[in-house]
Amino acid sequence: MKDGGREDIEKNTGMDFDRNTGRLNLGERLDAAGVPELWSVLADEKKSLRKADATALKTCDGAGLAFLWSLRKESGVEIEGLSPEIAARLKPFDHLPDAAADAPDRGDPLLIHIGRASSQIFRDIRAQIAFIGEFVVTARICLANPRLVRWGDMWMTAQRAGVDALVVAGMVSFLTGMIMAFQSAVPLRQFGVDLFVVNLVALALLREMGPIMTAVVLAGRSGSAFAAEIGTMKVNEEIDALTTMGLDPMRFLVVPRVLAGLLVTPVLTIYASALGVAGGFLVMMVRGFPFMALWNQLVGAIGVSDLMTGVIKSFVFGVLVAGVGCLRGLQTGTGASAVGVSTTRAVVSGIFLIVTVDAVFAAIFYALKW
Amino acid sequence: MVKPIIEVRELTAAYGEDVILENLSFDVRRGEVFVILGGSGCGKSTLMKSLIGLLPPTRGRILIDGGDLHSAAGPERESLLKKFGVMYQSGALFGSMTLEENVTLAMEEFTGLPPDARRLVARMKLSLVGLERFSGHFPSEVSGGMQKRAAIARAMALDPEVLFLDEPSAGLDPVTSAGLDELILSLNKNLGVSFVIVSHELASIYAVADRVIMLDQTQKGMIAEGAPADLRDRDANPFVHAFFHREAARA
Repeated sequence: MKDGGREDIEKNTGMDFDRNTGRLNLGERLDAAGVPELWSVLADEKKSLRKADATALKTCDGAGLAFLWSLRKESGVEIEGLSPEIAARLKPFDHLPDAAADAPDRGDPLLIHIGRASSQIFRDIRAQIAFIGEFVVTARICLANPRLVRWGDMWMTAQRAGVDALVVAGMVSFLTGMIMAFQSAVPLRQFGVDLFVVNLVALALLREMGPIMTAVVLAGRSGSAFAAEIGTMKVNEEIDALTTMGLDPMRFLVVPRVLAGLLVTPVLTIYASALGVAGGFLVMMVRGFPFMALWNQLVGAIGVSDLMTGVIKSFVFGVLVAGVGCLRGLQTGTGASAVGVSTTRAVVSGIFLIVTVDAVFAAIFYALKW
Repeated sequence: MVKPIIEVRELTAAYGEDVILENLSFDVRRGEVFVILGGSGCGKSTLMKSLIGLLPPTRGRILIDGGDLHSAAGPERESLLKKFGVMYQSGALFGSMTLEENVTLAMEEFTGLPPDARRLVARMKLSLVGLERFSGHFPSEVSGGMQKRAAIARAMALDPEVLFLDEPSAGLDPVTSAGLDELILSLNKNLGVSFVIVSHELASIYAVADRVIMLDQTQKGMIAEGAPADLRDRDANPFVHAFFHREAARA
């Protein structure tokens, strides 16, 4: 009893199956090339299969052995004429259980999942507070004895985080200034106060956008780099080596990076804010306003407090971005994905902290009427 | 005479201008356990990389079952790659996959086996290395020795004719290391798989090796070849003597 598809399979694999007697005659080869087709026969004819004749079988690979094992163990088929070589290769699997071993139970009920996640958040907050405390203590020791600071590493990091970020931070800010000017010029013109675009752009950039954008760029460039660098050291046990050599990783790795962040972020912020204002100026000049009119408007619109607001924030953002990058690096686990996870966490935590602290600053400055 | 499974002919391997091995020739016979020995920096890993196709020879040829892996392309290269499996020193299991998934990966890509059949073959391979109960575990959930055994199971997924093992005993305790030696011997005896092993663990070498070659950094090639006991007892080369008798190098 044969159909077209079955005939093809029989031709390809050399097997012959008689449904009436339930007898399957295997061909010469039973390997990964032919077994997929035979597997479909096994699935279709499970009930009618009774015996298999392996007299002709000469070559059998791992897939073939699996097929024979499945015939015998799962379908209860009696296999006749198996050569001693193939029987010997099949023998080690006599005690292979019918079903795969259960995987370790990794599925938690929702409540446990929520509890574990909440506990993780609290542990993380505690780790951040402990890290800040440890950093403050180390920084105080370093301030008392500046020779303890690795100044070479600090300047190198400052160059990578600051000088190398000039182009990207400048471009982002310049384009933001242009966009803000374009977007605000039209509605303000309706009220005949186009010139106030300068006030809007300058105040927004100096007080908010400049520090935030610079900090976000630093979080993406330098915070992630700190996490990856320290994380790789953690995976390679270099942090353990430092510790056992009596060198405090906090002083050795974290202090230079945080100092570099503290140094470059305000400078980058002032530079980026200035370029953002220049972007706004460019748009206004294209719209026909003379430079001196814009300059006079700018001088009248901003005060020292506006500039200081941005600078004070940028000091804090610099410490946060560098600090959280180092913290995530030190928290790196094991395995190939650990460094990637730390890097992502450094950027996400950095941006979250920047926005949160900025909100706190906004409230404080509002209360102080700055 | 049976054709060797691996033929290395006048192999020169280099990283840029830095020549590591020069004019090296040897054969690996079918069904033998062949060990590459030598001190640190002698080019064992370089030779291994050349043999498995990761480092093209600067000069010379490497034939695996008569095919030149470095000049082959397309289906010919694919079929040559299926002839061998590699266990890396660290195991190099994919951490995001279970042991079973690590073993089924190659079958998924290179065979038409249905998922049920792939999983069964993987369980059988894992049972050969004593890890059937751990098929659902991730590499991070098993010990270093188990990871190495799982890596051997993965290397055997496509029934290769030869297995390359890079420092199989590195980082293992003597008991686990002896278990791995037994596994190598059993796979060699029962499945007829040839082994090419890079090692400098003398106990393992005596236990498993049919034949060894010893490389030397200054000669940039082979300084001894033979059965390990013969090299230990009869070889006159001072470095070979020092190596097998664990004597410190003299200036």
